[in-house]
Amino acid sequence: MSILKRFWPAFLGILSLLGLWQALVVITGVPGYVLPSPLAVMQAFAAHQQLLWHHAGITVIEIVAGLLIGCISGLGTALALARFHGLRRTLLPILLISQAVPLFALAPILMLWLGYGMTAKIVMATLIIYFPVASTCYDGLRQTPQGWLDLAQTLGADRRHRLLRIQLPAALPALASGMRMAASAAPIGAVIGEWVGSSQGLGYLMLNANARMQVDLMFAALLILVTFGVALYFTTDAVMRRLMPWHEDRTGATS
Amino acid sequence: MTSLGFSLSRARLAFSGQWLFDGLSADFAPGSWTGLLGRSGSGKSSLLRMIADLPIPDTHDLALSTGDQRPLAGRLAWMAQQDQLLPWRKVIDNVLLGPALRGRPTAAQRQRAMALLDDVGLSDKAEQWPKTLSGGQRQRVALARTLFEDAPVVLMDEPFSAVDAITRLELHELAARLLAGRTVLLVTHDPLEALRLSDRILILGGQPASLRDFEVPGGQRPRALDAPDVQRMQSQLVARLHAPHGDPEGSVS
Repeated sequence: MSILKRFWPAFLGILSLLGLWQALVVITGVPGYVLPSPLAVMQAFAAHQQLLWHHAGITVIEIVAGLLIGCISGLGTALALARFHGLRRTLLPILLISQAVPLFALAPILMLWLGYGMTAKIVMATLIIYFPVASTCYDGLRQTPQGWLDLAQTLGADRRHRLLRIQLPAALPALASGMRMAASAAPIGAVIGEWVGSSQGLGYLMLNANARMQVDLMFAALLILVTFGVALYFTTDAVMRRLMPWHEDRTGATS
Repeated sequence: MTSLGFSLSRARLAFSGQWLFDGLSADFAPGSWTGLLGRSGSGKSSLLRMIADLPIPDTHDLALSTGDQRPLAGRLAWMAQQDQLLPWRKVIDNVLLGPALRGRPTAAQRQRAMALLDDVGLSDKAEQWPKTLSGGQRQRVALARTLFEDAPVVLMDEPFSAVDAITRLELHELAARLLAGRTVLLVTHDPLEALRLSDRILILGGQPASLRDFEVPGGQRPRALDAPDVQRMQSQLVARLHAPHGDPEGSVS
């Protein structure tokens, strides 16, 4: 009941948007190949289920793999930067420069190097989230309250213990917002990769449907992407909450 | 644990290009409690950080010696204004923070931590998150964590200033009982706190700042609130803290 209570404003909002959309299509009589009605999209969804799920599976694997690799390597980079002061001067500028390279421009090169398969898309998804995760996590590791560091020093902690038992847990809230952001950015990377060149995946399907004026199918694919994106966000959020049962919730995702 | 005295000398601290103090020295007798007072900005907290070898941004210098000629480092415990409990560790694990930061706590250490929590009256809270505790309870956990280290020297930077007045008085009793025998240096803003808890009161003030003794009331600490000496001297002490640090007598040995 409480879930219903909490979500009904959101449901209502979505429903009225859909109603507005349907009404717009009916009133203006805009042709289905320009803007299909929500009902037409649902029909296309039902008609092409197998096709959609097949391509969705590919894209989901790319997104999840990219998310995992990006988060783990981002976290690893942040830990290394926090632990080894010497690394900062070499690694930080490279990180910053790498961030200035537009990923769209990189996509064709990745296709050239890694082929049209999944690898290039996983790399794209990884790249798009690696830097934000690394930088939010590194910021979090650097901003440990001085009082805790004082305590660690007077208690005789070595650097490794201080990093793992004080700085890392203290950075978890910052890390969590990095992860949530990564969860919503990873699908972008994968879909960009699929647009640039692929033979499978939702991005490929959308491009193809667009070319064939199957706009209803395109919207159906989009619907899956959106649903998965939202699910991924909330899953990440739930995982981070599980990791921080002690954390006082101020950045509720649903409240 | 045997009591350990220590002394500092040639303490100096620069603040924006000027010596806030220079050539300070003081002795802290084994097992004695010293209250260190001074106006804000007098450098008393910095002095405490210097003794603990904690980072401070300003130029500073200090020589420390101990009663047994061995270094003080590793034999002092630190209690700050805030309890500094780690929110991601249960109460018992906060008491065990020291061993956890040096390796892995043993079962025996865990038992000792439980016993210390019992001493501060919080054994029933051992498995709770710190956020469920009141300010006074949190400070008691911090006290248990300090006690766990069993350090002969305890440095406290306004440790009871974040709790309400009644809780503060209770914490005084508890700290005086549990930290007996240790050499304590207590930085405080609260004249009453200093008069209740100190064997000796030092005031840091003047330009450049120096340390001056202030007479303490008789009797055992923690002294009762209603002791006539405590009441009378509180107003004197406040007056002294207000006054410029002029009078030449009473220099510190």
